Amino acid sequence: MILVPCPHCGPRNVSEFRHVGEATARPDPASATPAQWRAYLYLRRNPAGWTTETWYHRAGCRAFFGAERHTVTNQFRRSWSGGEVSPLAGTPAELGGGVDASTAEGAPEP
Amino acid sequence: MSTKPPPATHRLGPQLGEVIDRTRPLRFTWDGAPHEGYAGDTIASALAAGGVRTFSRSFKYHRPRGILTASFHDPGCIVQAGDEPNVRAAHRRVEAGASVTPQNVWPSLRFDVRSANRAVSRFLPPGFYYKTFMKPERLWPTYQKVLKRFASGGRVSATAAIGYFDKRYAHPEVLVAGGGPAGMAAAVAAAEAGASVMLVEEEYDLGGHLRWGGAEELAFLAELRAAVAAQPGIEVLTNSAVTGRYDDNWVAVLQRGLPQHRERLIKARVGTLIVAPGLIERPYVFEGNDTPGVMLSTAVRRLIKLYAVRPGERAVVLSANADGDAAAADLERAGVQVAEVVDARRGGDVVRVRGSRSVAEVELGDGTKVACDLVVMAVGWTAPTGLLNMAGDRPAYRPEAARFLPGESLAPNVLAAGGLAGDGSLDQLVEHARAVGRRAATGEGAVPDLEVHAHPALFRGRTHGMVDLSEDISSKDIVAAAREGYDSVELVKRYTTVTMGPAQGKLETVNAVAVLAEATGRSIQATGTTVWRPPHVPITLGALAGRMFEPVRHSPMQSWHEAHGAVPLVAGQWIRPDRYGDPGAEVRNVRERVGIIDVTPLGKLDLRGPDVPKLLNQLYVNKWSKLEVGAVRYGVMCAEDGVVLDDGVTGHLGPDHYLMSTTSSGAATVWEWVESWLQTERREWRVHVTPVTTAYASINVAGPNSRELLGRLSDDVDLSSEAFPYMRVRTGSIAGVGSCFMWRIGFTGELSYEIHVPAAYGLHVWEALLDQGADLGAAPFGVEAQRIMRLEKGHAIVGQDTDGLTQGYGAALDWLIKLDKDDFAGKTELAWQHERGGYPMLVGLHPTDGSVVPDEASQIVDARNHIVGRITSSRWSPTLGRSVCLGFVARHLTEPGTVVTVQLPDGRRITAAVTPELASFDPEGVRLRG
Repeated sequence: MILVPCPHCGPRNVSEFRHVGEATARPDPASATPAQWRAYLYLRRNPAGWTTETWYHRAGCRAFFGAERHTVTNQFRRSWSGGEVSPLAGTPAELGGGVDASTAEGAPEP
Repeated sequence: MSTKPPPATHRLGPQLGEVIDRTRPLRFTWDGAPHEGYAGDTIASALAAGGVRTFSRSFKYHRPRGILTASFHDPGCIVQAGDEPNVRAAHRRVEAGASVTPQNVWPSLRFDVRSANRAVSRFLPPGFYYKTFMKPERLWPTYQKVLKRFASGGRVSATAAIGYFDKRYAHPEVLVAGGGPAGMAAAVAAAEAGASVMLVEEEYDLGGHLRWGGAEELAFLAELRAAVAAQPGIEVLTNSAVTGRYDDNWVAVLQRGLPQHRERLIKARVGTLIVAPGLIERPYVFEGNDTPGVMLSTAVRRLIKLYAVRPGERAVVLSANADGDAAAADLERAGVQVAEVVDARRGGDVVRVRGSRSVAEVELGDGTKVACDLVVMAVGWTAPTGLLNMAGDRPAYRPEAARFLPGESLAPNVLAAGGLAGDGSLDQLVEHARAVGRRAATGEGAVPDLEVHAHPALFRGRTHGMVDLSEDISSKDIVAAAREGYDSVELVKRYTTVTMGPAQGKLETVNAVAVLAEATGRSIQATGTTVWRPPHVPITLGALAGRMFEPVRHSPMQSWHEAHGAVPLVAGQWIRPDRYGDPGAEVRNVRERVGIIDVTPLGKLDLRGPDVPKLLNQLYVNKWSKLEVGAVRYGVMCAEDGVVLDDGVTGHLGPDHYLMSTTSSGAATVWEWVESWLQTERREWRVHVTPVTTAYASINVAGPNSRELLGRLSDDVDLSSEAFPYMRVRTGSIAGVGSCFMWRIGFTGELSYEIHVPAAYGLHVWEALLDQGADLGAAPFGVEAQRIMRLEKGHAIVGQDTDGLTQGYGAALDWLIKLDKDDFAGKTELAWQHERGGYPMLVGLHPTDGSVVPDEASQIVDARNHIVGRITSSRWSPTLGRSVCLGFVARHLTEPGTVVTVQLPDGRRITAAVTPELASFDPEGVRLRG
């Protein structure tokens, strides 16, 4: 049950949020090739380390915000609202969805 | 069978620190016979006072087992108390009238037939079940029945009363796991520094090992208890345990034995966690070490000091530390003849114990054999580092101390105190704990280092004995497993099941690691331990499930629906009226006269701002720039992969003011979707969104008489067909309620008005409609009738007639999708879908035999038995007197008139024909537009 640092509300239980996903850039729909568009829809870097991603404070202030999180230790080092928030991609989650981030066991130091 | 309890032959006179109340005797039964104890006795201590030595039979070999640790973890003392299996008899207090029975015995505790397992034990090595009982497969049910008898635990009663398990959330600044001297001192220091403290202790009283100490320890204990009680900021939870430490100090505490309910699960977000569980005494491994009468030094001291029970008549003590020596002294004071104190620090050793039901004789390292009925071991301590492990620490083995100590990687908000952290005098450990408590509360202050004292490394003697008493795993089994190639500690654990019993390794892990290390020629450090995972203590499923806090939503008209016999439909969190009687009759009433349906769960979003048309154009597949004030339009939303997301009607209510409706189940999803665009991709658009789903009660008034009915209730809106055509919205008052709006749309295919009334007046308007419309035939209809009617009209339902892969064109929406728009969600994929062609499409289907109503999800198959589609919606149509369906079929089968084969779930096959339109009834929409 990690704490997610909402830029408006402070650190809150992860169950209040929806993890929207890793930051992606929406290609220009007018010129994107199918391969580029599908990379936007489905492909992610998914690093074992620091990643930039979007969160949605579903059960709180209802803001979309960006954050930098270490995927192995679940440490956060930055979260911000407004500007630089990565766009969404793909379908939004069903009603009632939450995020369950489990402990990284035996994880190496970040 | 005697009716009197046996005399308390082993009960001692009053002890200084005893926890029993001799003024309150209690009677209970054990294995069918009456026994007596005192309030404060555990089940095991009460039985031991009467001379009982055998409490259970072991798991595999059915060896007799007695008291080993006299604590919660005692593996041989797990019993059935009434309806409750797996009760820890050496911890659970005796209750008057309880009926306690042994587990895993057949036919009786004294004579257990299955102990014959012992004779064939060489054929039952660990993992034998991987190698036997495999073939023939058809005998598995038999094997299962036999094995069940031989490896049973307690009994779960099907008629046990349903218990209430509670849940609580807490936010203590400091949580101390362990209420011994270090835990208490840390808690007091933290509270003195101003922190809110939760102190969690597994036993019924605070005090830890001080409780069975001498007069000095008991006096110090009284001081510490008073100091804790004097701090209002310390919440003490006894008979409770920390069962797990999760990310960011999310800590689970299990509170047991509450009067109103069996267990409460406390979920705490803790500032700083102090882990002070003390040290657990470790059993010694030698032949016969599981015989009743072989006990740890802490067990005899607990029995004597806390419960005034004499553990035996004649004892031999193997001592490697001061606690063993103290136990020998306590035994003598209790009138036990101490035949010999074998000093392990000087090379003394115990080789084997003999005795079939109970200890009869012990053979020492120098060859002497001593007759006795009690063998006491004090060979060392295990550090229960589980919670530290869960906090990411890798404890390090210190060979000179023969135990693990906290490592270097403890998180800053997790601290260790007491014996877990190091050694020293009681004063030194208390000082250290106070510093830890201050640091936990304030984040400041240095914590002094603790010494680490040497201790002999005694794990296994010269013979093989039990390492895991719960799982019946001997040291020989571990050596054999290593020889078979299971030579890593994680593999040995899983192959032999060592440490996988009720104590979860607290008594077994270090011995298992030591034996494995020896067998593989490695050091204990190199061998390492298995990973510790929550739960750290046993927890019932009831505690995990806890209380259900699930909201239920219903419209303001729900009381009316219930009073009029509506059959409820659970739709997500909403309760809706599915039907009031016969849905077919409801359909007929709507098509012939007028019906009203409560559609309040319909999603409604109030959109304001100059850029709303841009938003609508971006999210819907069709065009919205030219929607005039007073008009409404149907729209479909697709996701960025072109998959149909939601549909609904959106109306232009006024300048810069729109109302978007969504499906009921999509209400929250679409709101989130809209917000995501406005907050991320299109932050420059000026649009303000307010969800008003529950601000309005929504009622659909449908049928040829709907205009007449609504006209009676609305004075300020001209409902004539010229003034209020199809697909328009008007605002006004209904039944005297202002600020209502109504739009003319037609899900059911009849002349109809969807009215949205401020929610507080919903019931009033509902009742007014039925009252005023009585002569027009006004009657309610439910969700089922509505679904039949919409199916007759061929209206698809997103999520029913579309799925997670249905892109727009597949849902027969080519008339709606405007690819000449600049950009909208899903445009790219829809354009490519359109180019590709060949996709399955939604069509209307009429079974050839109109009396057959195929099950929804029935597969459509071709001549070669390949699946070429499926039925998505299917109902009997009272209007047409035949079945009507919607379904997907492969592209080459979509021509109207094509006959397809439908396979029903019972295997029958029927044929059905593709209809010219999706709508089976009034495809021109004449009735709608009147």
